[in-house]
Amino acid sequence: MIAFDFPAVLAEWPLLARGLGATVALTAVSAPIGVGVGVACAWARLHGPRGLRTAVGIYVELIRNTPFIVQLFFLFFGLPGLGVKLAPEVASLLAMTVNLGAYAAEIVRAGVAATPRGQIEAAHSLALNEWQTYTRVVLPPALKRVWPALVSQIIIVMLGSAVCGQISTPELSYAANLIQSRNFRAFEAFLIAAGIYLLACVALRRLLNWIGPRFIFGR
Amino acid sequence: MATAESAIVDIRGLRKRFGPNEVLKGIDLSVRSGEVIAIIGKSGSGKSTLLRCINGLEVFDAGSLSVGGQALVHGDKAAMRGLRQRVGMIFQGFNLFPHLSVGRNIMLAPTLVKARDRAAATAQARALLARVGLAEKFDAHPDQLSGGQQQRVAIARALAMEPAVLLCDEITSALDPELVGEVLRVVETLALEGMTLLMVTHEMGFARKVSDRLVFMHAGRIHEMGPPEQIFGAPQTVELKQFLSSIHD
Amino acid sequence: MVEFSLWDIVRNLLLAGRWTVVLSLIAFSGGAVVAAALLLARLARLPGADTVVGLYVQLFQGTPLLMQLFLAYFGLALFGMNVSAWVAASVALTLYTSAFLTEIWRGCVNAVPRGQWEASAALAMNLGEQLRHVIAPQALRVAVAPTVGFLVQVVKATALASVIGFVELTKAGTMISNATFRPFAVYACLALMYFGLCYPISAWSRSLERKLSGHR
Repeated sequence: MIAFDFPAVLAEWPLLARGLGATVALTAVSAPIGVGVGVACAWARLHGPRGLRTAVGIYVELIRNTPFIVQLFFLFFGLPGLGVKLAPEVASLLAMTVNLGAYAAEIVRAGVAATPRGQIEAAHSLALNEWQTYTRVVLPPALKRVWPALVSQIIIVMLGSAVCGQISTPELSYAANLIQSRNFRAFEAFLIAAGIYLLACVALRRLLNWIGPRFIFGR
Repeated sequence: MATAESAIVDIRGLRKRFGPNEVLKGIDLSVRSGEVIAIIGKSGSGKSTLLRCINGLEVFDAGSLSVGGQALVHGDKAAMRGLRQRVGMIFQGFNLFPHLSVGRNIMLAPTLVKARDRAAATAQARALLARVGLAEKFDAHPDQLSGGQQQRVAIARALAMEPAVLLCDEITSALDPELVGEVLRVVETLALEGMTLLMVTHEMGFARKVSDRLVFMHAGRIHEMGPPEQIFGAPQTVELKQFLSSIHD
Repeated sequence: MVEFSLWDIVRNLLLAGRWTVVLSLIAFSGGAVVAAALLLARLARLPGADTVVGLYVQLFQGTPLLMQLFLAYFGLALFGMNVSAWVAASVALTLYTSAFLTEIWRGCVNAVPRGQWEASAALAMNLGEQLRHVIAPQALRVAVAPTVGFLVQVVKATALASVIGFVELTKAGTMISNATFRPFAVYACLALMYFGLCYPISAWSRSLERKLSGHR
């Protein structure tokens, strides 16, 4: 019979709490910036000059076709080769933001592209300029349309942040690793960490679905 | 009035609710073999629900329903399979299988359910297509046909199972007006050939011409029932009078 | 100090790339089989199947793949099995893939109009006949593009197997970077190799989507 020892891991709850806090903080900062990058890229792809459109296209395809861990390692291990040394937290934040930005760009672009022609025509006949049309008329309904997809992507990035522990960012998976290296309760530690991530997902989804209608796109 | 023994479809005290809504409030209806019944009424009166109970697409909550003397038992898969071979249905939305040709659409169920061999099924399909006036469309695909043609294929598909009773659920409501006639002509032929038909329809002229009996449903009950001359010529209740006046434009 | 050329780096990465491909294929094919079985259980309305499969999907979609890999690695070891990185990675990635594929395919089955179920039921077909002759052909057409698209996710997911010691592209990249002291070149090549694997598949998935949705 296998003897599990969950209390040994739960006793280290301060470590886990700090780890969770770091995970939440990373997500809380990268999510708005990443979505912002996505919105800007979506605009660039639809209205920007040709060079910008191509650049954004390359950015999006590059990020979407390479693993997050490789992007992270490139920033943390690869850039020092050019003399650019980033702290683990900075590299993690940058990687998460850049990653989310590329996926958000596609998601928001699809939402914006689905705007009925009549909306834009009405905005123009009311003498709104391009910027006003995009931010006041096109974007809010577009974000509402794609909100579920955007929320899912933010959650994916949060779950993906577990990899940041590999470059010693003190987030949740790093905390679990630290605990199991002390008490050798690897299975219990990672199971509890997985459980915490699961709860964090549920909470994050609820939070974002609460924030969206209230602050981003109106009911 | 048909007795329980000679009735091909016998419905007693049928009740059905959707959530808090009781859509069928106790239906009693006996249909003789070869009879053509048109069911009319406002939307929400339960007409389609009644039809869908007869071939088990809806599960009723109380009462009894038997077809060809055999009671409908929902849990019994073999019994339901047998029922659906005796009762065919034509849908408002045609529901042809888009990935199969017209011929394969008609042949599919007989080969699977009745274990008919391919040659016999093909011959039957061609004969049925000729009967509905679409002999040349055997290899065509549903998306190449007009609405009226698709519905006629749907009729042929149902007939391939050699049912004793055919249920028609507003089969012309989704058709452009100029395509309605070709479908109604096929149904009229079936009626003249002695098929037992239960049709939910808004085509009053057609109902008057072809049916033996009209059933007027209102708020989940059979409100009035009788031959066309009586229903159209001498409506008894206020609701039927209101309904008839509302549909004459 | 030994000078390593770009070709040295690329050559070694390519050799390790084989294992990325093999692991991807194992996970994808194994995952597809499990996903199909889970979906069939749901469609056949086996008692409790809906709830159990639903929870299974939530579990794998709501926890980091890294945790799943660690749990497979340490968990299987607990049961006394001699767990290699191969076994742990294969098991974890297969289950991960199955959860996502079964959800994708469930969406595709739901995309088949209800009228198709009703018409085939009215023609006295049983569930097996309905699925095989009417529903599956239509669901499959919708499923091809997203399934191929998910293959890209699987290839990217294999990169995490490096963390439990599995030697594939990413692990090889880390080792080569440490050996050559040319991290920028190594990680740039690494990214480009994944790009070379994934981009064609992504492009194929997009063209499939265009072809199969514009068809009718």
